[in-house]
Amino acid sequence: MTGLLAKAGLQLVLLLLVAPLFSGIIKTLKARLQTRRGPGVLQSYRDIFKLLHKGMVIPETASWIFSATPYIVFVTAALVGLMIPMTTTDAPLSLFGGVLAVVYLLALGRFFLALGGLDAGSSFGGLGSSREMTISAIAEPAMMLAIFTVALAASSTNLSEMAKVAVSQSWKFLAPSQMLAFAALFIVLIAETGRIPVDNPATHLELTMIHEAMILEYSGPYLALLEWGASIKQLVLMTLVVNTFFPFGLSSDWTARGLGLGLIFYLTKMLLLLCLIVLVETTNAKLRLFRVPELLMISFIFGALALISTFLF
Amino acid sequence: MNTFPVGTLFALSLTAYLGGAFACLASWQKPTLCRYICCGSALAGAVFGGLAAVLGILQGTPLLWSFSSGIPLFTYSFEYDALAGFFNLTLAILAGAVSLYSFSYLREFEGKRNIGFFGFLFLLLLLSLIVVFTAANAFLFLMGWEVMALVAYGLVTFYHEDRETRRAGLLYIVMAHIDAGCLLLGFALLMQVSGSADFASFRTAAAQLSSGQQATAFVFFFLGFGIKAGIIPFHIWLPAAHPVAPSNISALLSGIVLKAGIYGMARIFLGGLGVLPSWAGLLVLIVGVASAVLGVLYALMEHDIKRLLAYHSIENIGIILIGLGATLVFRAAGHPQLAAVALIAAIFHTLNHAIFKCLLFLGAGSVLHSTGTRNMEEMGGLIRPMPVTAFCFLIGAVAISGLPPLNGFVSEWLTYQSLLAGYGATGGLTRILFPLAGSMLALTGALAAACFVKAFAITFLALPRGAESRQVHEAPRSMLVGMGWLTVACLALGLGATWFLPVFDTLTEQLLGQRVGTNLISGHGLVLSAGMPHGGTVSTAVIGFGLVILLIPSVLLVSNGARRFAWKRGPTWDCGLPGLSEENEYTATAFSKPLRMIFSALYQPRREIQAVFDVSPYFPKEIRFESEIEPTFEKRLYIPLRDLLLRFAIRMRPIQAGSIHAYLAYIFVTLILLLLFGVRP
Repeated sequence: MTGLLAKAGLQLVLLLLVAPLFSGIIKTLKARLQTRRGPGVLQSYRDIFKLLHKGMVIPETASWIFSATPYIVFVTAALVGLMIPMTTTDAPLSLFGGVLAVVYLLALGRFFLALGGLDAGSSFGGLGSSREMTISAIAEPAMMLAIFTVALAASSTNLSEMAKVAVSQSWKFLAPSQMLAFAALFIVLIAETGRIPVDNPATHLELTMIHEAMILEYSGPYLALLEWGASIKQLVLMTLVVNTFFPFGLSSDWTARGLGLGLIFYLTKMLLLLCLIVLVETTNAKLRLFRVPELLMISFIFGALALISTFLF
Repeated sequence: MNTFPVGTLFALSLTAYLGGAFACLASWQKPTLCRYICCGSALAGAVFGGLAAVLGILQGTPLLWSFSSGIPLFTYSFEYDALAGFFNLTLAILAGAVSLYSFSYLREFEGKRNIGFFGFLFLLLLLSLIVVFTAANAFLFLMGWEVMALVAYGLVTFYHEDRETRRAGLLYIVMAHIDAGCLLLGFALLMQVSGSADFASFRTAAAQLSSGQQATAFVFFFLGFGIKAGIIPFHIWLPAAHPVAPSNISALLSGIVLKAGIYGMARIFLGGLGVLPSWAGLLVLIVGVASAVLGVLYALMEHDIKRLLAYHSIENIGIILIGLGATLVFRAAGHPQLAAVALIAAIFHTLNHAIFKCLLFLGAGSVLHSTGTRNMEEMGGLIRPMPVTAFCFLIGAVAISGLPPLNGFVSEWLTYQSLLAGYGATGGLTRILFPLAGSMLALTGALAAACFVKAFAITFLALPRGAESRQVHEAPRSMLVGMGWLTVACLALGLGATWFLPVFDTLTEQLLGQRVGTNLISGHGLVLSAGMPHGGTVSTAVIGFGLVILLIPSVLLVSNGARRFAWKRGPTWDCGLPGLSEENEYTATAFSKPLRMIFSALYQPRREIQAVFDVSPYFPKEIRFESEIEPTFEKRLYIPLRDLLLRFAIRMRPIQAGSIHAYLAYIFVTLILLLLFGVRP
């Protein structure tokens, strides 16, 4: 019991500390590719710190749902972070929720985020909520198919079990089913974390925003929780992709040496994935909203092909 | 174990319903007394029925009571096994909630409508459901079935002055009779083989069914029970009939009357028909997937709150059928353990859906009660005048979207697990169907969440949109108690799922000969596992606990900043215009627009905009907007079918020319034919 709590505490600290860093790295890398200097990798920490020490304005029309939303978004993202293997195969809360719980807990956060967007009563919030729920709904089947492909190979939906199976086998990323599932999940990752070409996290241009539109009315500490929660969610999804398909260096126990090595491997793998995401973001233009379903349909087809190819090969 | 208490409690509950029904009828001239009798006897019947169900589930052996009726083939036999117990338990939970709710709800009928007649129908509906859930004789079952259909017709058309209501009632009664006809044919086939109408004899005679007979009987029963349950494409009566009934009745219709179809399928497919071939299971599975996806897609386009909920019933019946179909496939493939897990998923989702759908309909009923409209576009901001109703509706919405840690999540999780297990348990290309069905279930879940964001936010959040929703009041206390009870049930069955699930042991043992309860539970009774080695694990209790624990640091973070700086209320950002009004808010139609565009192949949306402007088309003075989607099934399937029937009827008209001589000739010819048949042997 105390061991479990210690592991959970350790991973929670890592999660909370590293999540804003990755958001910062993405921003900086993107700026460098666009030959700008960028705000520096620590800017996300400064933003959160600053917001936590500001007052806030709550819309007159909003109810308690508006105030409950930041907590729920933050808490669900953090809890999900304890269910996925980050540096070791043995995630602290893996026994209490596998990949289905991860997907559905994130959906719980999104459910309230969408309610919070609508609660203020402006058109922007409604616009964001409507688009967010639509895109996540059509991303869901593709995501599940890709995850099922991996889960069926491990015959478990438990993420630690899946990681253990992945580590114990020889690396088989070049198997068609793995590559296709990775492609499907990568597209879903872009859509779920609201990055170009699906959504642009850097914009406040009214007609194109999705996530930013939902949180437009939030300020101060609430906004800090939402931003932090969003970066944790992004970290969780990226970790899921990285550790499922590239399980190198995952430590099998909680010894200091294993954890240290695991952390180094983890950060390296994540950095590579970040580079890939930044490349995609910089070389693509944002899609029109009604072209997004086509992109997600491609992802769904990748997922279905991945499934069929496990059957064939 | 002594059979006495279950039998006595069961008889007491029957007596309470039956006695209450006639007492209501007798006291119709005294509305207040009548209201007390109606709700009191329903509550008493629910309490007795609930106790009987709990005892009946817990004891391992099925109870059988049989009384001769003097008519061949027809006996008054009742069987109380675990399956009957579960449906009776569901019924009792709902009947309790609805009777509490109705106590205040019926007050508005006083002096306007006949409460005596309403109470009579209401109690007879509960009575007929008990009979359906316990009958062990085909004719007794059909009798209960028919009474249920007729009484439900009376309740659906209770507001009969409305033309829409009468049309919906007619559609309902026609479909109800088609389904009863299918069932009669199915039972006739079984009776022919077994020589008796008792369910027990069907089970013993199941081995003698030829595969052709089995297939035919399966199709009849699937049609019959499927129409009652509202599977696609036989669903069209459901979104028409359920919303027009009084709200407490809508709650019962969607909560439990639909489930009679599920009960019948579980009873017959897992008993009287022997082991069905796997194509039957796959058919049920595919129909389930289609119903789930199409049900939620149509729900998204509704802005009538009760119709929206009715479409969600179709969706959830689909999810239940996915579990049931998987059960049949596993049973045919010789995996009784997996079949047991899938069956638990299906029956648990039946119970869960009954609870949260009843809760949502009661919530919608409170909203309708105070605003007087079912149109969500005229609502908004109701969370302030109706905080308790809003909270209950929110819990129901989270539960029906299958989000953790509530009960909908647990049963959907079990469904996913059995689908994933199906991949390993079956051979050939059919195994691909299981993960695909799983991904469609994921689509359904995400769309349901989108739909309930819309339903909750447009109804309860932001500013009121219409005059009706400005001067509203919270629902009376008894209505809140009824909803609160169901809210507690949603939370308890979600967080306490691992403590509840072992009671399914007797059910799976009686129907499939497997006990899997102990396999499902691990980790000090906190963790739910998929019932197979490795498999998946989840714990709603720990998730709930973890969410609360993590709340502490986040509250500290926020309050630390807030201590030093002021929170203040300010206007919502209005782009610099002079203040926001309700006209700036998103509407239900606008919310679902992206999905309407994406699935336009299904919806075939049509819209019309008329703008009146002076100078520039960018500054219209008036806009009229009209949008509708094509009711595909009505237009492509039912209207052509109806036209065909009418054309056939016109063709047949000449033989009914009104000449008495011709009619005499028909009688004569019929007589000769019958004599020929009778003499032939």
